[in-house]
Amino acid sequence: MAPPTVPSLASRGAPLASSAAQFEALRRLPLAREFEAALDAAGLPPLRPTSIEIFQINVGKLCNQTCRHCHVDAGPDRFEVMTRQTMQLCLDALARTRIPTVDITGGAPELNPDFRWLVERCRELGRHVMDRCNLTILETPAHRDLPEFFARHAVEVLCSLPHYRAPSTDRQRGEGVFEKSIAALTRLNAFGYGAGDPERRLVLITNPVGAYLPGPQASMEAEWKRELARLHGVRFDALYCITNMPISRFLEWLIESGNLEEYMERLVAAFNPAAASGAMCRNTLSVGWDGRLYDCDFNQMLDLSTGAGVPNHIRDFDLAALESRPIATGRHCFGCTAGAGSSCGGKTT
Amino acid sequence: MTDHYYDSHDLAKFGDIGKNCPDLAKKFFDWYTAVFAEGALTVREKSLIALAVAHAVQCPYCIDAYSRDAMEKGADLDQMTEAVHVASAIRGGASLVHGVQMRNHATKLGM
Repeated sequence: MAPPTVPSLASRGAPLASSAAQFEALRRLPLAREFEAALDAAGLPPLRPTSIEIFQINVGKLCNQTCRHCHVDAGPDRFEVMTRQTMQLCLDALARTRIPTVDITGGAPELNPDFRWLVERCRELGRHVMDRCNLTILETPAHRDLPEFFARHAVEVLCSLPHYRAPSTDRQRGEGVFEKSIAALTRLNAFGYGAGDPERRLVLITNPVGAYLPGPQASMEAEWKRELARLHGVRFDALYCITNMPISRFLEWLIESGNLEEYMERLVAAFNPAAASGAMCRNTLSVGWDGRLYDCDFNQMLDLSTGAGVPNHIRDFDLAALESRPIATGRHCFGCTAGAGSSCGGKTT
Repeated sequence: MTDHYYDSHDLAKFGDIGKNCPDLAKKFFDWYTAVFAEGALTVREKSLIALAVAHAVQCPYCIDAYSRDAMEKGADLDQMTEAVHVASAIRGGASLVHGVQMRNHATKLGM
């Protein structure tokens, strides 16, 4: 039996709901070095973008799940969602650029009432659209037709699934999540997803179920393909292995389980300069539910918006200014640079 | 010196063994690294074998190291527990199968 999930930090009024409290919890740790010093020791300059290739829109914190590691602190008790007016500002900005990919995330992005409208408009602009899907949302009555919608609009679907067996999946994401996830994957397969068609691309995303680093992506992908086919008849195109960031609800779990210091020491010791060079903040712009701009979804959750002198709201979008901005960094950034590196697109080396 | 034989922090000092006989240590660590590379067996399968052997030889350092390693390589707790049962079954079976030797002697000696 998986342990029960708990309400969001915000709805519990937990101190760690505040980004200041999260920074303080990390600041107190006796780490061997700061992130900026690690860059410097590796001969790397402070991080700046290469070019913006991914326009990531977080359409809200509302979710049908309350995963124990969620960096967004999302849940059914969160009601911050992007309005259609803010989406239109995103579309106006996109239309002035050639940014090829729109990455829609949440929460469960599909719960935003204008999710489908946004997908359709992005496709009309000729952009590749990715949806970060928790799978179980596809099993709810109002959203059961989404696999057909995704297929019709050639949406790439990136699905969270911690493991190809039930126990670890349910421990992280809630009792019964694995069974629903397999049902949803089976239906995505029925619409042609996971068979190598670039217009029906199905990616699985795994985060460690605990205080350890993700494994080797290529080896795990091969194993997952074999085991999901053998155990459940499910196929998919790629597996992304992502490190859990020491923020929000995962930070709370690290503290409560007594794992925080050792986990951070491990991230710092595993700093990989090549992973830093390929960090996703260098090719991504992250838009919050209220239109504010960030370097990544993690900085967004820590309220670290794009810096002074740079547009920090989508209404002021300026591609050239944003592509020359300094990227805000901190101790949490060791999560993206450990080992093989970690990003919304999996490993970075 | 501590007053107990095992200290979990000592695992991080494993490399210090190369402060003497460094050539031998290098051969060992190079070979060790090669053994655990992806091959005919996956890195997860090798990690589970290591975890099982760690229990058979009852090495606390190895149990710590390969509990974490097996999880990092994508094993779950059921798979890790099954691996430990395999090690235990071989250990138990190895004792029990010597009962055949006992029976051979007893049969010869007895009436």
